Amino acid sequence: MSLKRIDLLICCGSGCISAGSLKIKERFHEVLQEKNLANEINIIETGCMGPCDYGPVMVVYPEGTFYKAVSPEDVEEIVNEHFIKGRPVARLMLQDDEDRTFSTKKEVPFYQKQVKVALANCGYIDPESMDEYIATGGYEALGTVLTTMNQQETIDLVKRSGLRGRGGGGFPTHIKWQMVHDNASDEKYVICNGDEGDPGAFMDRSLLEGDPHRILEGMMIAAYAIGANAGFLYIRAEYPLAIKRIKLAITQAKEAGLMGDNIFGTKFCFDAEVRTGAGAFVCGEETALIHSIEGSRGNPTPKPPYPSSQGLWGKPTIVNNVETFGNVPTIYLKGAEWFASMGTETSKGTKVFALTGDIKNTGLVEVPMGITLRELIFDVGGGMTGGHKFKAVQLGGPSGGCLTAEHLDVPVDYESLKERGAMMGSGGVIVMNDKNCMVNIAKYFMDFCVDESCGKCSPCRIGLKQMLDILERITSGHGKDGDIEELQRLGEAVSKLSLCGLGQSAPNPVLSTIRYFREEYEAHIRDKSCATKVCLDLMHFDIDKEHCIGCSLCARKCPVTCITGNREEKYTIHQLDCVKCGNCQDVCPVKAVSRIPGMHMEVAAKREADNKLTNHYDD
Amino acid sequence: MTLEICQKYAPTKDNLIQILHDVQDTHPQHYIPSEAVDVIAEYLNVPANHIYGVLTFYTMYSTTPRGKNIIRLCESPPCYIKGSENMLRKLKVILGVQTGETTKDGMFTLELCACLGVCGNAPVMMINEDVYGDLTEEKLEEIIDKIRGMK
Repeated sequence: MSLKRIDLLICCGSGCISAGSLKIKERFHEVLQEKNLANEINIIETGCMGPCDYGPVMVVYPEGTFYKAVSPEDVEEIVNEHFIKGRPVARLMLQDDEDRTFSTKKEVPFYQKQVKVALANCGYIDPESMDEYIATGGYEALGTVLTTMNQQETIDLVKRSGLRGRGGGGFPTHIKWQMVHDNASDEKYVICNGDEGDPGAFMDRSLLEGDPHRILEGMMIAAYAIGANAGFLYIRAEYPLAIKRIKLAITQAKEAGLMGDNIFGTKFCFDAEVRTGAGAFVCGEETALIHSIEGSRGNPTPKPPYPSSQGLWGKPTIVNNVETFGNVPTIYLKGAEWFASMGTETSKGTKVFALTGDIKNTGLVEVPMGITLRELIFDVGGGMTGGHKFKAVQLGGPSGGCLTAEHLDVPVDYESLKERGAMMGSGGVIVMNDKNCMVNIAKYFMDFCVDESCGKCSPCRIGLKQMLDILERITSGHGKDGDIEELQRLGEAVSKLSLCGLGQSAPNPVLSTIRYFREEYEAHIRDKSCATKVCLDLMHFDIDKEHCIGCSLCARKCPVTCITGNREEKYTIHQLDCVKCGNCQDVCPVKAVSRIPGMHMEVAAKREADNKLTNHYDD
Repeated sequence: MTLEICQKYAPTKDNLIQILHDVQDTHPQHYIPSEAVDVIAEYLNVPANHIYGVLTFYTMYSTTPRGKNIIRLCESPPCYIKGSENMLRKLKVILGVQTGETTKDGMFTLELCACLGVCGNAPVMMINEDVYGDLTEEKLEEIIDKIRGMK
């Protein structure tokens, strides 16, 4: 290996690849070849660096210069100026609203409150090189565990660390391990749950893509602790890059003797296989996942029996989330006490969050448990985009709940969130500004759950559909008194009676938005008005005659020709025919067309007349 | 053809999902024809109805022929907040098809899907195995034109 003077780390996580980072990498290779610099500069493809919104991002070491939103056209300038003349390119560095420039990664505010444990190597090493993982201390924990600790000591160390499942439930990891350890069986299995389906969560993908060996090492430590010799990684088929990288990692580990028979010269043998999903959210539920690996429909089954006694092929099995395994090697390297020193009383360590929505720094972050939502959203996340006001944050995807501005100082840990009707979930943080209608958002989450319900148990299959029907009624202007109470009643029934976690948690977005935004529901039902002008039936378009210049553009672009008028009298929208496509607003050169909250009175009157007619026939 | 794919795997039921993926990916029309189901059923020694049960449970499998390129636009809330509805409208216009349909030239099938896990770059779509993020109406045209050009 030759020593090179510069290490260029290019983020090649799915986010940055979608923004074109592979083209940039190719361009660097070309330019460096042309300029005969190929043996001076090391180009490294890394996993996700975190700030997806700035993508494609890259870091140049030794000094750690951070470049964002790089395009292939910028490559030549970076090479000429930075690599040859030693003058970093300031225009590609991050700047904030006050024109401050952050030249190195360390200075970037996005990273300042972060503490990286599971993500330590993500965006720092080449995920396709096992040597780089080993160079950062990789597989040392496994070696130590296998050669110096017995099974019970291994479990006890996890117990002391206070690690809890990162997939959503927050179940203490050591209890799962202990139960499987205590269940005598000729065969036991370890399953890594990489069926990350929560809308707004992508930490598992990033970890599998960015540091696959870490997950394998975590799995092997767990396998040793419980006495398993085989493991499966169940990864959703939507993540082809993650599947490719973890398969490569398995091959590399086997070649190096770090997986297979007699690992580290001990009696411990372990083999792992990758299984892919095929597009079913419910397969993230552990019993459904097990059925899917067995080659069946991913229907959950009632618990007990728990997988810890009868799991894969009826054998004791642990199912842990990707991020949970990602924490394991570091806990053994740095000690349980170190891990437990971070976080709160009941939630130890750090948690990876995926920041999405109307927030400046969308991306992947890892922060100590107990950080407040305000710090997470405004300090790490950089606050809201476009100067809009913060309205709500949805934590835990379709299983979680909405919290509002009054909860911004709530510490983020399993219990605090649960008390307030939200949940940690897998760590998806969807931030919403004041342009979002909460009834509509609740409807969207419900629509997702109805789509993804496996249909096995009736509370989930029928109850959720009923809830969706009511929400559709409310958002289309047909809401009636008692709808809110009906939603609450149904929601509670579905939560209590559903077979698996999907149904049990699916009403949460609706129940939490009713809890915190009841007045919005009431305005939709009683006043037939959507203040945010999102629900098309509860708003209307109007042309301001004062501003209209009579150019007729709107009338010509209207697909249903419901706009008429002329240069003198200006233009008018015939509300009864309007389909709310918004073309008129888009094309108006003087912005005379605006959205007005509330159903137009003509439409309301017609609906009432229609209703009377229907009721008349009913009689 | 199907049998050759099957033979890459041991004849045990747990390989069904992987076999179905392989069969669908290698079929020029990206679907699983009924003849293939019969071959798989015989190879794995499971009833064909079990295979249909699996096939229709998972959203990524298709029992009807599809286009050369499968467009899967994410409709989950993070993408919705960032305007995926406008992207869907634009895609329908560019391609001249509704959701679930295939273009006349057999080049594209337009589908909606749940979260693709690239929410930091919402709105997002996937065409075959490539992810396209931070979509705008202009970008959509560029992407589709480019693929059409490549034939």
